[in-house]
Amino acid sequence: MSQTTLIVGLDGSDAGARALDFAMTRAKLIGNCRVVLVYVIEWSPYSFQTAEENEVRHARREEELKLAHERVVDPAVQSTQAAGCEAEGVVKHGDVADILEGLAKKHEAAQIVVGRVGERGIKERLFGGVTGRLVAASSVPITIIP
Amino acid sequence: MKRFITSGIAATALSLPTLAAAQEAVSFDQKVNDIFAGSTGWFVNLIFMNLPGTNFPWIVLWLVVAASIFTVYFGFIQIKAFGHAISLVKGDYSDPNDAGEVSHFQALTTALSGTVGLGNIAGVAVAVGIGGPGATFWMVVAGLLGMASKFTECTLGVKYRNEYADGSVSGGPMYYMTKGFKERGLPGGKVLAVVFAIFTIGGALGGGNMFQANQAHAQITQITGDFSGLITGGIFAVVVFAVIVGGIKSIASVTEKVVPFMGVMYVIAALIILIVNADQIGWAFGQIFAGAFTGLGVAGGFVGALIQGFKRAAFSNEAGVGSAAIAHSAVRTKEPVTEGVVSLLEPFIDTVVICTMTALVITISGVLVVDPSTGVYALNEAGTAIKTVDGSGGVALTSAAFATGFSWFPYVLAIAVILFAFSTMISWSYYGLKAWTYLFGEGKTTELVFKLIFCFFIIVGAAAQLGAVIDFSDAMIFAMAVVNITALYFLMPIVKREMNSYFDRLKSGEIVKHKH
Repeated sequence: MSQTTLIVGLDGSDAGARALDFAMTRAKLIGNCRVVLVYVIEWSPYSFQTAEENEVRHARREEELKLAHERVVDPAVQSTQAAGCEAEGVVKHGDVADILEGLAKKHEAAQIVVGRVGERGIKERLFGGVTGRLVAASSVPITIIP
Repeated sequence: MKRFITSGIAATALSLPTLAAAQEAVSFDQKVNDIFAGSTGWFVNLIFMNLPGTNFPWIVLWLVVAASIFTVYFGFIQIKAFGHAISLVKGDYSDPNDAGEVSHFQALTTALSGTVGLGNIAGVAVAVGIGGPGATFWMVVAGLLGMASKFTECTLGVKYRNEYADGSVSGGPMYYMTKGFKERGLPGGKVLAVVFAIFTIGGALGGGNMFQANQAHAQITQITGDFSGLITGGIFAVVVFAVIVGGIKSIASVTEKVVPFMGVMYVIAALIILIVNADQIGWAFGQIFAGAFTGLGVAGGFVGALIQGFKRAAFSNEAGVGSAAIAHSAVRTKEPVTEGVVSLLEPFIDTVVICTMTALVITISGVLVVDPSTGVYALNEAGTAIKTVDGSGGVALTSAAFATGFSWFPYVLAIAVILFAFSTMISWSYYGLKAWTYLFGEGKTTELVFKLIFCFFIIVGAAAQLGAVIDFSDAMIFAMAVVNITALYFLMPIVKREMNSYFDRLKSGEIVKHKH
């Protein structure tokens, strides 16, 4: 039987950690399973920046990637591996929903597991939250951990 | 060098109280004016000197000839690569693995926020007011040609930028002058770079600062009634200080978000006025085309329309000036040509779209007075410009023209002018800083000195009616173009090589679109 892949969205919060726990339990039950841990740094190529921000953008980007790996993704990968699951970490800039969906396609994932982000604001009411947009656009099943 | 900087601070510190005291002493403005005019008048006259036996300033010809040469030399790149430019801005060719780096869209909008501004609102009104609707035609021609100049300078800016140990990326004409000339084995690159840097500092303090502060204050007082420019200048200086020295990014990012919104709103307002008066658009274009070649009896006739159109286009889109090359250098692309291609959209958006909108609204709104007996535009008493319904010119004329459609528009326009002025100042403070650090070296203290001088000049610009200072700063920006275009002539074969290589690979399928 071929390997099953689960995509897990991390955000450094408790919800993200619960999503990871859930995925690890499933992975053990499935057996031949790999967990891809994803941390997305919200970023849009269409935002407006000053010249000075542009000048230091490359350095900032490297710093952001490094911090995300150090603080969130790498420890999570280690604890997943310690629990006996195959795991890899990914840090990317962009839109959370787009990136999780893109990775699910790339890895032919069985499902995406994310924590529910509890922010409630006017923006979320108007445009729908990250989880909402992910659900609307996803091509694979999604589990949302409350 | 150190001594120069310290004495610079001392001079700045000394003149602050003097300026405050000068409020009562009206002669202060006059004094500064006289000193400036006396010491810089020769330079202004040299830059704006007419060609022998004509009323045509040589600098305008210099810019247009250069833009035409680049247009032909690069095989009408502005037409050839226009579609590709849009697809680059959309991100079709951006590697998803580079997400998080400065995008083409961001580089373009950063550069645009430095050029879209008073030139599009006040400059066009001046052009149409003096040169008649026909000036619009020449403005568009100059804008279209200027796209090739932008392409040349921005490609070079990216190719010869610096990548520093801390990961920051910056560049500009200073660097392509030194590195590019060395690569081609030509002497004099260093000299050109130093002269260019000096003019850039002048341009940053003048056109990119004092002129903006001055016009913003003028626009505010038109609505609120007269009050001291020291207040406007002081507030502007504090806010700019907070951004460029204090590093308060939130102010800058708010502006960067509001400015494009204002730009779009301006265009929409213009479009609505045009749609409401749709039956007159044909007539307006008729005026523009007829005026372009006959002058329709405006000041200076046909040549007047031509000069005004070309001059204002150059002021507005800065093609060939070299400033955009600084703004575009921060993009992290493997292909310098892509940045050049993207930058050619700038004169198009700035001049061909926004300036034309302004010109059409002014023409259609009827704020320019037509002499009923002759059917052509009537001149004012002095015979220097077309008579307007309320005798206004510049920003006020644009304001009056838009008010015929929306009575509340002058208020929106005032806010737009302030924001445009602010974002132009932020952009030019960066250009000036790059030139300054090129001359005096990089370092926190050196940079702080320039930033303080920059903030000080905002107050001077808003407080005083310094005609001579403003003439001088305009002259500085054009002087940048003299040096920059000279360098571009020597370096254009490098751009051609890059361009051919890039488009060959694009054709052969080596460079492909990325799936997103």
